[in-house]
Amino acid sequence: MPNFIDIARSVLLEPAGLQESDLEHVLDQLLSYNIDFADIYFQAGRIESWALEDGIIKEGAYNIEQGAGIRAISGEKTGFAYTDELQLSALLEAGKTARAITRAGEQKRIKIAQALTPAERLYQPINPLNSLTEQEKVDLLRQVDAEARRQDPRVKQVMVNLVAAHDVVLVANTDGLLNADIRPLVRLSVSVIAEEGNRREQGSGGGGARDAFSYLIDQDRALGFARDAVKQALVNLEAEDAPAGTMTVVLGSGWPGVLLHEAIGHGLEGDFNRKGTSAFSGRMGEKVASSGCTIVDNGALPGRRGSLNMDDEGTPTQNTVLIEDGILKGYMQDNMNARLMGGLSTGNGRRESYAHLPMPRMTNTYMLAGKHDPQEIIASVDKGLYAVNFGGGQVDITSGKFVFSASEAYLIENGKVTRPVKGATLIGDGADVLTRVSMIGNDLQLDQGVGVCGKEGQSLPVGVGQPTLRVDELTVGGTNT
Amino acid sequence: MSNRKEMIERESRLEQLVSDLLAEAKQQGATAAEAGVSSDAGLSLTVRMGEVETIEHTRDNGLGITVYFGQCKGSASTSDLGPEAVRDTVKAACNIAKYTTEDSCSGLADAELMAKDLPDLDLCHPWDIDTDTAIELSKQCEAAARSLDSRIVNSEGASLSTHAGLHVYGNSHGFVGGYPTSRHSLSCSVIGQEGDAMQRDYWYTTGRASTDLEAAEAVGQKAAQRTLSRLGARQISTREAPILFQSDAATSLLRSFTGAIRGAALYRKSSFLLDQLDQQVFPDFVHIHENPRLLKGLGSAAFDGEGVATKAKDFISGGILKSYILGSYSARKLGMQTTGNAGGVRNLAIDPGTLDLDGLLKEMDTGLLVTEMMGHGVNMVTGDYSRGASGFWVERGEIQYPVEEITIAGNLKQMFQQLVAVGNDEERRGNMRTGSWLIENMTIAGS
Repeated sequence: MPNFIDIARSVLLEPAGLQESDLEHVLDQLLSYNIDFADIYFQAGRIESWALEDGIIKEGAYNIEQGAGIRAISGEKTGFAYTDELQLSALLEAGKTARAITRAGEQKRIKIAQALTPAERLYQPINPLNSLTEQEKVDLLRQVDAEARRQDPRVKQVMVNLVAAHDVVLVANTDGLLNADIRPLVRLSVSVIAEEGNRREQGSGGGGARDAFSYLIDQDRALGFARDAVKQALVNLEAEDAPAGTMTVVLGSGWPGVLLHEAIGHGLEGDFNRKGTSAFSGRMGEKVASSGCTIVDNGALPGRRGSLNMDDEGTPTQNTVLIEDGILKGYMQDNMNARLMGGLSTGNGRRESYAHLPMPRMTNTYMLAGKHDPQEIIASVDKGLYAVNFGGGQVDITSGKFVFSASEAYLIENGKVTRPVKGATLIGDGADVLTRVSMIGNDLQLDQGVGVCGKEGQSLPVGVGQPTLRVDELTVGGTNT
Repeated sequence: MSNRKEMIERESRLEQLVSDLLAEAKQQGATAAEAGVSSDAGLSLTVRMGEVETIEHTRDNGLGITVYFGQCKGSASTSDLGPEAVRDTVKAACNIAKYTTEDSCSGLADAELMAKDLPDLDLCHPWDIDTDTAIELSKQCEAAARSLDSRIVNSEGASLSTHAGLHVYGNSHGFVGGYPTSRHSLSCSVIGQEGDAMQRDYWYTTGRASTDLEAAEAVGQKAAQRTLSRLGARQISTREAPILFQSDAATSLLRSFTGAIRGAALYRKSSFLLDQLDQQVFPDFVHIHENPRLLKGLGSAAFDGEGVATKAKDFISGGILKSYILGSYSARKLGMQTTGNAGGVRNLAIDPGTLDLDGLLKEMDTGLLVTEMMGHGVNMVTGDYSRGASGFWVERGEIQYPVEEITIAGNLKQMFQQLVAVGNDEERRGNMRTGSWLIENMTIAGS
């Protein structure tokens, strides 16, 4: 297996005639300006996407994203500049711009060394774009289309998207670190419209991983996503108006873990807590969830969409306990916020690209399994909502109020799942909602691998997960009062 | 990119790049092609608690090409504008076109629709501001917010951003057009505290020219006032009530409307406004229109994403749906003509009514004033609407107390029909211009 740093060097540095001594030169120039810390982030990204609609391969697109970002930090100040030209002169120019954050100071010299933990552990350094031929890619799209249409004659429209990304990144910093990562990512998503009489409903499915396209083909996963989408659309054709008001809600396992991402995840990102702007600020060690609730952010799971061998500051990812048995235990940190708060980075420093600044971000965020059988949890509810699939969510980290929107949900009546209801938004308070978790399932599942998280305009792939949960009181935003 | 001469030189360089791209596509066998190139530079900085937090110098280049081999299509884009990357990009697009299916609706917009006159829409007013002055202005903005009231205890800072750039589009009909734009903004977000509860709100100002921005102190003060007004917010019980969407929140209802009459949503039959052309969608007082060639407009352009001339038009007149939002592909799919809206609407507006916000509160009497919404709970296929909201409970036309942790739900088709009044308190900061909307009745879910 070739070393990640060697691969990154050959992709990013050699074509531009750059050597490690050049990186040292750029960093030297930065540190000589009263800068506490500076880094250079090189990226060469390729994304290919294919779209099927109306049964035909309608579009394909290929994108090249390449450049280097230079960041200089002095105390709480950050200067940032980037260039899409990977040449020494452009790097020096960007460095000069970034360091303008401070006035001149003493001279220091940087010696970068290869990271001791080139962690080629979570995924292979493959290029997924080449892992199937173009013909095989479009054939896969057609098979997914056929599978969806085959399920039911009420399926009228099928849209399938197939995306593969290959990112080569290399980070060097003034602490002398040099680290690299080769990141594959594939995703397939299916969206269908089903029609009956004059009613139309949509359903969606999808999944992906840091892997080759074979991930989607193995175990007929891609076809399974098509069946999921159809099932959801057909269920929604039967759906009645959703209830309105505060009630007991049972959340399914897997993707409904978007609850955790919104309710507590963002609020536990280091930057908001350093600044004291989060509803969780200053609450370390307090009980913020029911006993039995243990929630982690784990960037070190093999192959997951939210996983990374190293974060975008070159720090290896890890399993960070956020809440342990109901007690608030930890924040997610990048270098700068960890330094300012007197801790260590948890490997959560992420950025959308070389043209964006890193900040603390989630990876794969999930709750560990409890002891209840999911059927037992449903049977315990007299009257409530069973929500198994969700679209996106949002949180106001300062007030702690968060929403997430169900796309497939059912009524629970007398301990049984009865009728499907229309999608509705659920709203709650992040610091409070988990204290209302009264039963935790034994069926922990992670999502299928389609999650995208947005923060300050930057989008990143993430994962979520949870076991089936009973939440005693949550406000459900239907229309039926 | 501060002076005009440099702009003109850059524009001709980008035009050359577009023509090189089109020539390369032809060379590689494409029967038709279209390409866009953009180049933008700017400064974004944030001041927090009176100190500089970040200074970002941005310089973004991008190029995209779509090639057609007969009616098979392929696209590619790159941030690297070097000659090798350009060749690779065209090659990648051509390769993709070998595998896409022949599609009788695909292709460039018709040649005779290309924009012929490209008037100067006065969109570029670079801001010659140095970093120190920008920092100073941001500091004044944040200080005005923080000093307004002792309950303002923390800040997310004040941010200033200034960008200027060029965009050039061309296609193998021989059309080539480009124009420079600028955009500047100043925003502030502060945190208030009362007891244990914290609230945050923000305000911003934006425009093509720095002289069109609100004063820094005014932006800070508004941010602080908005935050203070939310302190003490509570949940209300589940009920049905009239809802008044304050103008900045009402822009999202206009966006839902335009989303539903977009060609792509219509030919996919994934819109709650299918087959509604010439039907009554809103009450008869409603007039919704676009003015793409508005001077200095934040959405203005003389040609759309396919080179087609833009023109002013009505989407809703007398409450009746008069036009869809179409580019040439969706138009052909629907058997219609493009409306010059490839890339969306430009400077969409709904005519203001006669009442200001106070007048609308009186008109509503008892109900909910919504100032902010959360989440994505809008189903564009069915129109089912369910979103998180915060705002104020209103009785006898007077604001009573702030409200949070509730949802508002209904169906957009009915909400449009139940629009009682539009205010004259116009939100003018974006591509959608509207006053506040009073909707007769929706479901509020709370405690």
